[in-house]
Amino acid sequence: MIRVVLPTHLRRLAQADSSEVQLEVHDPATIRGVLDALEARYPMLCGTIRDHATGQRRPFLRFFACEQDLSLDSLDVPLPDAVVTGAEPLLIVGAIAGG
Amino acid sequence: MSKVRVLVGTRKGAFVLESDGKRHAWNVNGPFFTGWEIYHMKGSPADPNRIYASQSSGWFGQVIQRSSDGGKTWETPGGGPTQDPRGWMHGESNKFVYDVSGETGKPLTTHQFYDGTQHPWEFKRVWHLEPSLGDPDAVYAGVEDAAIFRSADGARSWQELPGLRGHGTGPKWQPGAGGMCLHTILIDPQNPKRIYIAISAAGAFRTDDGGKTWSPINQGLRSQYIPDPNAEVGHCVHHIAFHPSRPGVLFMQKHWDVMRSDDAGDSWREVSGNLPTDFGFAIDVHAHEPETIYVVPIKSDSEHFPLDGKLRVYRSRTGGNEWEPLAKGLPQSHCYVNVLRDAMAVDRLEPCGIYFGTTGGQVYGSADAGDSWEPIVRDLPPVLSVEVQSLP
Repeated sequence: MIRVVLPTHLRRLAQADSSEVQLEVHDPATIRGVLDALEARYPMLCGTIRDHATGQRRPFLRFFACEQDLSLDSLDVPLPDAVVTGAEPLLIVGAIAGG
Repeated sequence: MSKVRVLVGTRKGAFVLESDGKRHAWNVNGPFFTGWEIYHMKGSPADPNRIYASQSSGWFGQVIQRSSDGGKTWETPGGGPTQDPRGWMHGESNKFVYDVSGETGKPLTTHQFYDGTQHPWEFKRVWHLEPSLGDPDAVYAGVEDAAIFRSADGARSWQELPGLRGHGTGPKWQPGAGGMCLHTILIDPQNPKRIYIAISAAGAFRTDDGGKTWSPINQGLRSQYIPDPNAEVGHCVHHIAFHPSRPGVLFMQKHWDVMRSDDAGDSWREVSGNLPTDFGFAIDVHAHEPETIYVVPIKSDSEHFPLDGKLRVYRSRTGGNEWEPLAKGLPQSHCYVNVLRDAMAVDRLEPCGIYFGTTGGQVYGSADAGDSWEPIVRDLPPVLSVEVQSLP
């Protein structure tokens, strides 16, 4: 199971019980696979993390894991082993900006 | 006794204000969708319990919310959890994808950008939701970059009416300071195939065939700071209003000037008359007097607050030209708020109630057609929109 930490606004929108959700993702686990599984469980999150039309990550969202910024990697790069095994979460983070 | 429900969209959430027909004691419900911008909320004329809300964020994009119980609870249409991962639902209530198909008219794909170059259409947010007059599940959305979408399934999915962008003037449309937004949608109650829309900065448009084809209706508008002041398109229309009993008579608050059309927008004439400024955003029409209209004059251009720090609504009982200030109960010193284009509305009670919200977070109401005002709430986040439902 892959652990995913959602920002507060998306956790509320998804009506998830906690900020961390656990997802089963097909091998090889990638960010794209995580987002597919996340949107399947929580369809209301479609379009909030990646744009409906382009499929691209929304500019003010970042993907962090294992103290690395994965945001600029291809969505199809395999996730770190520690994320795949559930030892570490994949963090979806809203950029600090705005008022 | 009749009741009133005021739907308030703000920079940081939504609020629902409710009162009985006296309109003096109010219940304030909310905030809903905390931390999100609520550009607009509006109830269905066919089912007052059905309310649509546009929720957006610079981080997370667009979300559409829907209530079926008068704003007590909300859902993202089609967005509930799925039981079986193999039967994936794809939430599409927030999917606004421009139509680029050849079959439906080959809509134009660029508009004029701030630097004069052509720029592709990019969806940013929904500015205005206009429910159908007869079907609670049918609703129109005016979006930025400017286009109109329609849902026939209670906002689960949206389809663009591409004839608007496809009629030929699209490359001349350009964004105003707030973006290139389609912010006004008026459905003719006597002929639902006739719809008026307005775009900043392109102008007003009308369809007479339910949205298949559109025509610019800007003859008579004069905008002195565009290259051709009398151009067919390019005008910064801020808002349009009509009285339901007389939908061919339109009143417009333009970036500069208040305008009037008596022929469904085919021609316009200025009715600013003795207004103290030439600028404003909001305009609305009295519920029972089609020649009584309301505006909130704002000082242009970059100041965007009331003249002399005095918040005054202006009322014309003559369909324009002759205006009277309405100030009783409104702050008459040190007031530097703005009233945005979708932030004024009227109820259908007797006497007519008028409501408006400010960027300072106040929502003011008048239960006597504007003669006197009371703050319903004072300290909300900046108010983006105000709509009213009159309930039995």
